[in-house]
Amino acid sequence: MSHSGKESLLSVKDVKVHFPVRSGLMLRQTGKVKAVDGVSLEIGEGETVGLVGESGCGKSTLAKAVVRLLKPNAGSVVFEGTDITRLSSRALRPLRSDMQMIFQDPVESLNPRQSVRQIIEEPLIIHREGDVAARRRRVDELLERVGLPANSGEKFAFEFSGGQRQRIGIARAIALNPKLIVCDEPVSALDVSVQSQIVNLLLELQREMGISYLFIAHDLAVVQHVSDRVAVMYLGKIVELATAEAIYQRPYHAYTKALLSAIPEADPTADRERILLEGDVPSPINPPAGSAFGHRISHPRYEETIGQDLSLVEIEPGHWVARDPCCLSEEDWNEVQ
Amino acid sequence: MKEVNPVRVVDQEVYRQHDSESHDLLQVRGLESAFDTERGLLKAVDGVSFSVARGQTLGIVGESGCGKSVTAMSLISLLPRPAGKVLAGEVLFNGEDLLKVSENRLHEVRGGEIGTIFQEPMTALNPVHRIGRQVSEVFRLHKKLNKKEAWEASIEALRMTRIPSPEVRVGDYPHQLSGGMRQRVVIAMALACQPDLLIADEPTTALDVTVQAQILDLIQGLQAEMGMAAILITHDLGVIAENCDEVVVMYAGRIVERAPVKELFANPLHAYTRGLLNSIPRLSLPPKSELNTIPGMVASLSEMACGCRFCQRMGRESSLGDKRPEFREVSPGHWVEACPECYGEEAQEIA
Repeated sequence: MSHSGKESLLSVKDVKVHFPVRSGLMLRQTGKVKAVDGVSLEIGEGETVGLVGESGCGKSTLAKAVVRLLKPNAGSVVFEGTDITRLSSRALRPLRSDMQMIFQDPVESLNPRQSVRQIIEEPLIIHREGDVAARRRRVDELLERVGLPANSGEKFAFEFSGGQRQRIGIARAIALNPKLIVCDEPVSALDVSVQSQIVNLLLELQREMGISYLFIAHDLAVVQHVSDRVAVMYLGKIVELATAEAIYQRPYHAYTKALLSAIPEADPTADRERILLEGDVPSPINPPAGSAFGHRISHPRYEETIGQDLSLVEIEPGHWVARDPCCLSEEDWNEVQ
Repeated sequence: MKEVNPVRVVDQEVYRQHDSESHDLLQVRGLESAFDTERGLLKAVDGVSFSVARGQTLGIVGESGCGKSVTAMSLISLLPRPAGKVLAGEVLFNGEDLLKVSENRLHEVRGGEIGTIFQEPMTALNPVHRIGRQVSEVFRLHKKLNKKEAWEASIEALRMTRIPSPEVRVGDYPHQLSGGMRQRVVIAMALACQPDLLIADEPTTALDVTVQAQILDLIQGLQAEMGMAAILITHDLGVIAENCDEVVVMYAGRIVERAPVKELFANPLHAYTRGLLNSIPRLSLPPKSELNTIPGMVASLSEMACGCRFCQRMGRESSLGDKRPEFREVSPGHWVEACPECYGEEAQEIA
């Protein structure tokens, strides 16, 4: 599938993550949630790939599968040439220092009983980096790097504001000089003026340390701003993947178009056509047999898509879109054929 | 229309009264609300005045903790008791001061003449009762309908908010519905009695953009149909730009700027408003470029300055010292808190 041109750091191939649904007295498996259903994605060195989609589309599950917090049911995840899909947690440990995660809610992801110093130091201890004095220096360095006051180390997470807590999370994530950070909605819970501070910090760190990001957010404007490429996810599948610019300038997929048109724009004079989607994302428990989006918008060609291969096809160099007659304009569909 | 925010002059509240204009549905004057805490009385809303005309939408925008929700709660006396209380001010709704009316009258007003929608639809709905029973309650209380009539009316109310097959949904429990559908139920309850005013506090913050667009579209449509006025509280300037007629920008419990929506976006005057507008990532910005930020942080309520609070955040001395900046009308309908550092020639350069 698509290459960004850069050396790829992470390569995800046809990954599926299914959760069993159990019900009844014996808790027999009665179905499965196809949270991620065949996703392929590559992230290059120093690249940011944005991942957008509605809640429940499988973004966070994919993120966890990428860093192997979840074991995919099928497919492969290759990180720096090592297939980590089936590695045991012991074998994974040395690789863990290269892939870190930043979470949406900095309150829940920071231990309330640990001081900030303990929180940031923990990865250093686990990976046996330096002695006590060296670690102490490193934590001070990290605090300064993420823009926290020098005395923050001795405080507890609850003593900080939302933006500062997110900085603590970032300091912890960069402590081991990772190559990849998965950011799961890192700025969604923050106010705009703080959000821009955190976005700037993430961009600076990337320039300095050459970190790659998988950046998940539902705020499309933020995603567009930080990403090199953007993947649009719908019901467990990527439906469009292209450079950030191309996605916003020339979206092909009907869902991408609807998603973009729904962003409220901070310009009261803007005259835009809004594509209102009816209904919600269908349940991933029993997804429609054919095109999931075609089903939602009751597209007349939905029947045709049942049993068909709706995988991504390169419609323009570097611009991939699902081969789905329900979601492409007639012209684009003919081009794909 | 003359209106001035309370100006603090040597610990004395002085504020000019509105020239009362009959078309204003709601007039809020000098509203002050506070919370009684261990650290003393903390003022979350510090002298806020605005008005809403019939059929118009007023947006209140600001960051968390600026007092926008407390303002909304104060209007209908919904502050958590006993800690929260309104210290001063008037809330004239159709000429009646809601801060002075009896508890019984307030029950009539809430849900009857004023509908409310809050951020989290799951907490607004009772998880152990069917949707129909909860919507029915509004009709039974306010319209005195009997059980059966109220149930029928509920189905109609749900239909109005375009919930598919409302006659089936009415028997569902809240957990059986998606977030967007739940919010539609809350809207159905809020609008059941065709209120004159809708207070919507972050109605779409918990929802996806696509669902947000549906809900805002629905509210706008119903508003036009019923000729209802609305106060839309949000931190999202995009939502403000697309849905409001007039905007009030709040910072640290005070209004720093107020203007018609197009004017505010085209010509923001206060340094804080500019800072906010500049910090949103826009599609027109070069990718991965540095975003504008507002330095510093909002001071905690107990450390709030008496003078200009945005100067306090920026860590600079206001030339007004401890004197509260005057809230001044600088062009028709455009009001700004006139601290020389935050509004004026020099301020324009700083921002």
